[in-house]
Amino acid sequence: MIRIVLPAHLRTLARVDGEVALDVPNGATQCALLDALEERYPVLRGAIRDHVTHKRRAYVRFFACERDLSHEPPDSPLPDPVITGSEPFFIVGAMSGG
Amino acid sequence: MSKVRVLVGTRKGAFVLSADGKREDWTISGPFFGGWEIYHVKGSPADPERLYASQTSAWFGQQIQRSNDGGASWEPTGNKFVYDGIPGTHQWYDGTPHPWEFARVWHLEPSLDDPDTIYAGVEDAALFKSADGGTNWSELSGLRTHTTGSSWQPGAGGMCLHTVLIDPKDSKRMYVAISAAGAFRTTDGGTTWQPINKGLRSEQIPDRDAEVGHCVHRLAMHRTRPNVLYMQKHWDVMRSDDGGDLWREVSGNLPTDFGFVIDVHAHEPETIYVVPIKSDSEHYPLDGKLRVYRSRSGGNEWEELTKGLPQSNCYVNVLRDAMAVDSLDQCGIYFGTTGGQVYVSPDAGDSWKPIARDLPAVLSVEVQTLA
Repeated sequence: MIRIVLPAHLRTLARVDGEVALDVPNGATQCALLDALEERYPVLRGAIRDHVTHKRRAYVRFFACERDLSHEPPDSPLPDPVITGSEPFFIVGAMSGG
Repeated sequence: MSKVRVLVGTRKGAFVLSADGKREDWTISGPFFGGWEIYHVKGSPADPERLYASQTSAWFGQQIQRSNDGGASWEPTGNKFVYDGIPGTHQWYDGTPHPWEFARVWHLEPSLDDPDTIYAGVEDAALFKSADGGTNWSELSGLRTHTTGSSWQPGAGGMCLHTVLIDPKDSKRMYVAISAAGAFRTTDGGTTWQPINKGLRSEQIPDRDAEVGHCVHRLAMHRTRPNVLYMQKHWDVMRSDDGGDLWREVSGNLPTDFGFVIDVHAHEPETIYVVPIKSDSEHYPLDGKLRVYRSRSGGNEWEELTKGLPQSNCYVNVLRDAMAVDSLDQCGIYFGTTGGQVYVSPDAGDSWKPIARDLPAVLSVEVQTLA
């Protein structure tokens, strides 16, 4: 299972507490992870990436294993610790206040 | 006894303010969707328990929320707003071409007779329609693809379609307004559109009386007279008696004719309200005095209404969607400020009192009059 940590606003939208755990079929890529996440929680469609182009929203970042994966190609494999579930995949709202 | 329900959208959530017909004792519920910008909340005239809310965030995009119980509970509906075809470009602030990009829904206008049909005015300016309660949205692209579309430009708040008025006598006849393009009219349900800006003059564009390019801040209409339109433009308060074919200025004795809101008394079609703002470079009331102005003659002659409103050191703004009227026998007037106050006048503007003083900055105010 892949573990995903959502930002607070998206946890509220998806009505989940804590981490999300997903089986990710079709190879564990960033795109496959987001496909599976949106399949489980349709309300998140459009909240992380564009509905049509699937381009990451400008103020959303992806972190894992102490690395910024925001600019990795969507079809690049996720880090092994994310695939094995020993490390979570963080979906993060860009730094903000207010 | 009749009741009123005030739907307030703010920078940090939505609030529902309720009172009986006396409008003295208020219950405030919320925040709903805390931390999100709620540009607009509006109820269906056909089913007052059906509400729609535009929930938006620069970080996480657009959501449309729907309630079937007057705002007690909500569910997200469809949020896929995709322009029809290849969107092309409009003018950017510096006059260069800029791609059309969806940012948010500014205004939701439910159909007058079907709770599941609703229009959404969006930034970058376009009009969308849903006929299934907000689940699926399709663009009425005849507006955006009007031959003038490439010359539209954003105002300070973005290039937004912020006003949608539906003719109560003919639902295929609608008016919309866009900052900064102007006002448009359709008579075929949104398939084709005509700019209706003749008579407007704007100093901020090269051709001051151009067909489009005017920063219209708000339109208002009384339900019994859909051919009479009132407009608060960037500067100037305007009126048309022929459905927008020709406008004339009715700023009259206003101390400043810059402002955002304009609305019409529920029972007196010639009684209108504005909140003058100092200028386009200083978005707060003149002299620190929050004053509503009322005209009982459809413009030109205005009286200031100050009883109960702060008359010193007040530097809030009243944004374009933040005034509304109820339809009780004694018409109530409501407005919200960027300082988080929501004011009510239960006597058509003669006196005011705050319903709430410390909400987040108010973006929109709507009122439902309930049996």
